[in-house]
Amino acid sequence: MMEVPLFLRGIFVVTGKNMRLYYTKPPVLMFGLLFPLFMFFAFFVGRHLDLTTFFPAFLAMMLFFTASSVGPLITPWEKREKTYERLLSYPVTQDSIILGDVAAGAIFGIGISLLVWIASVFFVPVAVTNPGLFVLAFILGTLSCAALGVLLASPASDSPPNVMIFSNLVRFPLIFISGIFVPLQQMQGWGLALAYCSPLTYLVDLFNAAMSGTSAFSPFVDCSVLIAVSAGFILAARVIQKRNMMKGM
Amino acid sequence: MNAIEAKHLVKRFGAVTAVNDVSLTVREGETFGFLGPNGAGKTTTIRLLTGVLSPDAGDVRITGIDIHRHPLDAKMQMGVIPESSTVYGDLSAEQNLHLSGQMYGMPRALREERIDEILSQMGLNEKRRNPVRTFSKGMKQRVSIACAIIHRPRVLFLDEPTSGLDVQSRRLVIDTIRRMNEQGSTIFLTTHNIEEANTLCQTVCIINKGKVVAQDSPERLKKMFDTTQSVEVSFDRTVTRDLFAAEGILRAEPYGDKWRLYTDNPDRVLKYLVGRAERESIGIMSLTTSGPSLEEAFVHLTERA
Ligand SMILES: Nc1ncnc2c1ncn2[C@@H]1O[C@H](COP(=O)(O)OP(=O)(O)O)[C@@H](O)[C@H]1O
Ligand SMILES: [Mg+2]
Repeated sequence: MMEVPLFLRGIFVVTGKNMRLYYTKPPVLMFGLLFPLFMFFAFFVGRHLDLTTFFPAFLAMMLFFTASSVGPLITPWEKREKTYERLLSYPVTQDSIILGDVAAGAIFGIGISLLVWIASVFFVPVAVTNPGLFVLAFILGTLSCAALGVLLASPASDSPPNVMIFSNLVRFPLIFISGIFVPLQQMQGWGLALAYCSPLTYLVDLFNAAMSGTSAFSPFVDCSVLIAVSAGFILAARVIQKRNMMKGM
Repeated sequence: MNAIEAKHLVKRFGAVTAVNDVSLTVREGETFGFLGPNGAGKTTTIRLLTGVLSPDAGDVRITGIDIHRHPLDAKMQMGVIPESSTVYGDLSAEQNLHLSGQMYGMPRALREERIDEILSQMGLNEKRRNPVRTFSKGMKQRVSIACAIIHRPRVLFLDEPTSGLDVQSRRLVIDTIRRMNEQGSTIFLTTHNIEEANTLCQTVCIINKGKVVAQDSPERLKKMFDTTQSVEVSFDRTVTRDLFAAEGILRAEPYGDKWRLYTDNPDRVLKYLVGRAERESIGIMSLTTSGPSLEEAFVHLTERA
């Protein structure tokens, strides 16, 4: 592309717009913030689970929910409020809008999860054995989850509630098959096969590798899978949204 | 150089061909009116010209820049006021304008200067910090226009900018279009209001069913519309078509129990009808005249095309 500076500026401005407009929308607060906290209390607190062992998985879940909750909302919301056409008439393309939506989700995910991690340091003795890997887990995790969120917004719909329901139908099952509540090492058969299919599994594994130093796969495999699925989600969102555009606004 | 150059644009939605081989050229600095009845394909054409939709065939150049190949450079040249798309209701007028200015890469100081200027021109100064959600339709449209002109675009697209507006907003919108044109912007305006096109535009192009059916100066097109004025008359007894074989009556059509007479000179037709009825002692039950009808002109033009 010959218009790289314009393209980057478009992504930057779209990201800023998303951050300002969508971080405080009720569905984002509900499914991005409250929900993972409820899950935490429901499954970990009072069950005498070893919090330290499960903390990396919880952090991965937090990152997953926060980062993937912004994306599904933005495009349907803009279509319903009829701001989408106007947005497209600015010097942006569908690509810069998609990347701006991913960036907004990713920043939300990183911000909230970092806060949770910092706060938790006071309550749970969580070690980080490999800080470099920990940073990488945050970045790749938030990127892939935010990309998933944007992909979930791609079906042609201008109804945010429908898209939120759809995206939760996809997101909820993932947390039960990704080695969050049952470590991967204890899974077998079908459960394990499913877990291998879930991108979240590799994020959980990467957090385990970075924090406790024990993981099912090599961190290299985890990182490669997360990079690949991020690219895959973004490309899929791009193809679907382009096709929707050919059919009309 | 031409401000807008579109060649053989085609856009289909399933079985509907919304834009069917439209080519048009808009010279730099002119105000170009794009007229057509509802569903004619005006909005779809604007979306193709502004790069919001991709055509199935054909290409578009904005100030010489191919919009398909260089969408961002091309979009930098234009300001767009879509038909039904609005600005962000959660943001204030001022915030919307800042966002728009950022999209066009304007530095903060320049944005602030222009925003002050535009908000007062648009009569929005007092409410500049209120969320746009709380504005009336006319005020929202003024914010929308302000957002599209903050960077002084070389080409300004407006899709039915005045439809459904209150008188004050309408006047502000028209004044703004005029001022932008005087300052050198090329204007591409869709409307189904002939008078508006007539007073604002140097060139008028008429589209119907996705095809351009006429392109000319408003004066010449108006002559064409003139022949679409009509007189409707009904009598107390049945009459035959012979009665209407008179000078000035271009065409007579039965219409329920009435006759509709197309003319370019309603005065003459009225006098003729009254005189003739008097002489033959026919009672006139009703008599109405209607001005040039765009709809009629379209029918006329498409029949010819
Ligand atoms: N997104 C769409 N999907 C299907 N048909 C469409 C779509 N947009 C427009 N059309 C059809 O294309 C034709 C032209 O519409 P439009 O360009 O909106 O006309 P206008 O703006 O002149 O009223 C209409 O028949 C309309 O129903
Ligand atoms: Mg329209």
